[in-house]
Amino acid sequence: MTIKEIFDLLKNRFENIKIYIEKFEVGEEYIVVSPDVLKQILQEIRNNPRLHFDYLMCISSVDDANGEIKKDENGNKIIKGGTLSLYYHLYSTTRNHKIAIKTSVDRENPAVPTAIDLWKSADWHEREAFDMMGIKFEGHPNLKRILMPYDWNAGFPLRKDFITPEYYNDLKIPY
Amino acid sequence: MMNEAYNLEYKSLKKEGDSEIMILNMGPQHPSTHGVLRLELKVNGEIIEEVIPHIGYLHRCFEKHAEACNYQQVIPYVDRMDYLSSMYNDFGYAIAVEKLLGIEIPERVEYIRIIMGEFQRIASHLVAIGTFGLDVGSFTPFLYCFRDREKILTLFEKTCGARLLYNYIWPGGVSHDLYPEFKNDALNFLKEFKRNLKDLEILLVENKIFIERTAGIGVLSENIAINYAASGPMIRGSGIPYDIRKIEPYGIYDRFEFNIPVGEGIMGKKGDCWDRFYVRYLEILESIKIIEQALDSLPDGNVFEKLPKKIKPKKGIVYSRVESPRGELGFFIISDGSDKPFRIKVRAPSFVNLSILPEIAKGCFIADLVAILGSIDIVLGEVDR
Amino acid sequence: MNTINEKDNLLNNKIEYNSKDKNFYFEPGVIIAKADELFSWARKSSLWQLTFGLACCAIEMMSTSASNYDFDRFGVIPRPSPRQADVMIVSGTVTLKMASRIKILYEQMSEPKYVISMGSCATCGGPYWQHGYHVLKGVDRIIPVDVYVPGCPPRPEALLDGLITLQKKIEKEYLLKEKNDNKRNI
Repeated sequence: MTIKEIFDLLKNRFENIKIYIEKFEVGEEYIVVSPDVLKQILQEIRNNPRLHFDYLMCISSVDDANGEIKKDENGNKIIKGGTLSLYYHLYSTTRNHKIAIKTSVDRENPAVPTAIDLWKSADWHEREAFDMMGIKFEGHPNLKRILMPYDWNAGFPLRKDFITPEYYNDLKIPY
Repeated sequence: MMNEAYNLEYKSLKKEGDSEIMILNMGPQHPSTHGVLRLELKVNGEIIEEVIPHIGYLHRCFEKHAEACNYQQVIPYVDRMDYLSSMYNDFGYAIAVEKLLGIEIPERVEYIRIIMGEFQRIASHLVAIGTFGLDVGSFTPFLYCFRDREKILTLFEKTCGARLLYNYIWPGGVSHDLYPEFKNDALNFLKEFKRNLKDLEILLVENKIFIERTAGIGVLSENIAINYAASGPMIRGSGIPYDIRKIEPYGIYDRFEFNIPVGEGIMGKKGDCWDRFYVRYLEILESIKIIEQALDSLPDGNVFEKLPKKIKPKKGIVYSRVESPRGELGFFIISDGSDKPFRIKVRAPSFVNLSILPEIAKGCFIADLVAILGSIDIVLGEVDR
Repeated sequence: MNTINEKDNLLNNKIEYNSKDKNFYFEPGVIIAKADELFSWARKSSLWQLTFGLACCAIEMMSTSASNYDFDRFGVIPRPSPRQADVMIVSGTVTLKMASRIKILYEQMSEPKYVISMGSCATCGGPYWQHGYHVLKGVDRIIPVDVYVPGCPPRPEALLDGLITLQKKIEKEYLLKEKNDNKRNI
């Protein structure tokens, strides 16, 4: 099935939900949903026998950097407002089609329901999204940092306004 | 008298027979973890109750560097992620950027990329098999595999100048053409290599001690494999023929004939360590077939497509995946119209395969854990990026 | 007596050997040399290394110990425990999370101990020097280093050259003088 057919099927199933397709000049197209209906859509695409997406390939977190750029006391750039996005890439081993789904959450208080009860591979991907970007996943049993040290308190590294700290436990970081 | 008292005490202890759970640490520096990986084990005697992997000891901030460099300057960083198969990392990245640019590349380049990719697959599987044998206790296959791998590295060195991290496959083509005697050298090497593989077969594949150590251990069933998104020899060892070269062919893989080996549970159960090892061994034979077909029909032509000095793709998003020797390697690139990528996310196969370890290692001995970890075949540079 | 005559004959046979080797003068079964040189020769020819591979340079270190560029002919065997090792070859990028473990391992090794820093990441941070927020720019910020081997990754011959440089450094050390007189600062 192509992405257009999958999109029509979902639109017919859930009539009150805001859902649309987005595509730029080059590259692939993807379906955009809002975070409060994300869990329903994910359950539907996994359980529906015509769709049957049983293989979660990747969850990526992106900093859109579309808020206002301000300067704080030390003259460093800070972004206020705007969104952070999550992209889910899924594949079906029985029907041989793939899909990409995007949601956007607020930058100040990002929270999304977890997908770990549907696909177990979401476990480490969500921990990495929390570690690098600061997005909280409600219902995750073990949401801790995974790549950075457990006592790292200098922020979330992959945000666009992250500043490298000077010292970590008496080790000098800059060159 | 003393003997009787001791025997009574020992028998009373033995009847109760319960012991406490002990927490052991297989630390970041260990001869059998393939790199810097920390495993926290909760053991009851010798039997493992729970394994918790701790990673991040080689986190080198690849994604932050990628946001500060051009599209061409990212390629050396991409090499160093999976340092045992760096030709394939370059290949995956080049395909993703070419989808964003929407260009066609010359025929000769496609053939060269596949030849180099399959040679790299053979080299990477030789390291996997050699170190797996070393973990389980046999030292000779390690030396034999590295001797053959050196000959492949000599071929690479004569082409592009480097032994381990090549910086060879660029978006738009290849950096150097093949040197004139490449075809003869490659065919001679393959003839000699097929003879040397018979030694490996006697030493490892049909060896009774190796089979006792690996068959029936670390069984991965099909449902768990798909739910955890395993890929590469992990999932093919459990009997599912999932190979991206056949499902979603990239490059010109649809012009070559080759089979996909799957595990069948010959020696033990389907999906155990021996099956994954045997799938890797059979894939070496399939790669030899592909290289011979490609060398036969190698066309002439130039090796680089004319591109401007600064690559500026239009705004777009792409997720492209290739079948690296360890599994499905995915590149998710967002471009915003400038000459630096806005975001690159790498879906590393070893990262996802390692998350299955707590599931399949329950209830085995500590020595079996070493064999299971060797059969997953992780590279820590990819897990931590 | 017979024994004295035999001894004379043997001495006469051996005198031809002596004229080439100016440092050693020996009768069968007796060698005379300076104690310092003998100890240095024994120590430099059997350096046991701690298996400490971190990243890509570790693969080149494994290739050096395999059969093409053999490490064993210099007397170097990999040992997994720091108590049994003489030299630690830090090969690969050192991150902040790993730095404290390296310090503990270095302190667990027993004297005399040496460190070879292999590759450009262990020397100065390597290609990750500019934006690496989790990379320690050089292992000499936490432990003292004896020999630096440049390259990314260095060829096996370069690592062998580094080992020979370390052997030359060990040759010049004095063990039998007072501790304050020692040329190498521990």
